[in-house]
Amino acid sequence: MPEVIRNLILILMAGVLVNNYVLQQFLGICPFLGVSKKVNQAVGMGIAVTFVMLCATAATYPIHTYVLVPLKLEYLQTIVFILVIAALVQFVEIVLKKFIPALHASLGVYLPLITTNCAVLGVAINNITDGYNFIESMISSLGVGLGFLLAMVLFAGVRGRIENCPAPKCFRGVPITLVAASIVALAFFGFAGVVENLLAV
Amino acid sequence: MEILIPILILVAIAAVCAVLLTVADKYFGVPTDEKEASIRDCLPGANCGACGYNGCDAYAKALASGETDNPSLCIPGGDNAAKGIASILGVEAGDVVEQVAYVACGGTCDVTKRKFDFQGHKSCRTANLAYCGDKLCSFACLGYGDCVQVCPEKAIDIIDGIAHIDPRKCIGCGICTRTCPKGIIHLIPDTSRVVVECSSHAKGAETRKACTNGCIACGKCEKSCPHDAIHVVDNLATIDYSKCTGCGKCAEVCPVRCIHEGNFICGAHF
Repeated sequence: MPEVIRNLILILMAGVLVNNYVLQQFLGICPFLGVSKKVNQAVGMGIAVTFVMLCATAATYPIHTYVLVPLKLEYLQTIVFILVIAALVQFVEIVLKKFIPALHASLGVYLPLITTNCAVLGVAINNITDGYNFIESMISSLGVGLGFLLAMVLFAGVRGRIENCPAPKCFRGVPITLVAASIVALAFFGFAGVVENLLAV
Repeated sequence: MEILIPILILVAIAAVCAVLLTVADKYFGVPTDEKEASIRDCLPGANCGACGYNGCDAYAKALASGETDNPSLCIPGGDNAAKGIASILGVEAGDVVEQVAYVACGGTCDVTKRKFDFQGHKSCRTANLAYCGDKLCSFACLGYGDCVQVCPEKAIDIIDGIAHIDPRKCIGCGICTRTCPKGIIHLIPDTSRVVVECSSHAKGAETRKACTNGCIACGKCEKSCPHDAIHVVDNLATIDYSKCTGCGKCAEVCPVRCIHEGNFICGAHF
């Protein structure tokens, strides 16, 4: 297998499993806890986040490389990225509403909700900190998005079980949900050593 | 001077974004329907689904797009919502019969017994799977409160082992009637004054053994009714609300007192 493709697969798998943004880096916890009550909502949110992450990376990477770096304004990264991502999400929403109303209706409220999601901003900034090129950045975003989707769907299943359990009264609601989230996060630690050996020859 | 460059760059990026969004809105923007928004304002926003649409937004959309022209489907909104919508659409508002739900069971803890000790998950649906529930009467309200959980207005309470609906809080959405595994919660016009608080279709003697409040299908109510509105159908007294005037004669003669007279609006019934 060529080195380049192997590297891309590694980045993808690392995003999905090892560096799972929700369960390992604890970014984007708000939708993780807020929209994970039902599996179909979790899937909708996960797909919307993946989509926005890809768009955001495609927009922020060139801005960073061709505007901020030549002018030595890297310290404006955060504020510029927030601005660009917010505008981009609005733009995507308008375009979707016009051309693919079905997709717009199914993404529904999730699109505007993700506008200032820290996982989206996090992936845009981390891609640059990790020194990825454009292709690698896009693959990394895809991986992180899929990882988010995976975490959401897994956790929606876990929550479904929790609803049917007679938890002690003081634990009901948010506390038991957070306990469950931490156990799921612990389970993801098991992936730490997997990716290095996944494609070992 | 050095500070000007980052400011200018930031402003430039913001300006590009602003122009982009403005252009996008101009060329791709889908005009939102003003009619739809104003119809939505008339609706109560309970998203209960009583109109048959998927929430208030969907009903407003259906009205605005002409999918339906009936402005009287919203039961929680009642006459006010119907009049508001009708004036926007320019059609005649039909009279909305506001509805209220009631539990057709009077099998409280002291009049019926339990067949066995149910130790499973405390929900009516689960309990109903095991020999039609743990109440001696297989038609009875199980009292585990599935309806309490789904009620958007928190109008239902479990008192003495059976569900009670507060008619002052009930908006008549009918979610509980669809949730109850026994199917014993019914929607009736909120002008009704008489209800039969039993759902047992078993024969009189059998019902009597299971619950002292149950309808024994004696037919006294049928004979006493001056308006031919109450009939014993399949061993259970059933009221035809299109004929019932609420005189309460049937409630007076009922030997087991399972027919109740009262006023739903004032909540005096319970």
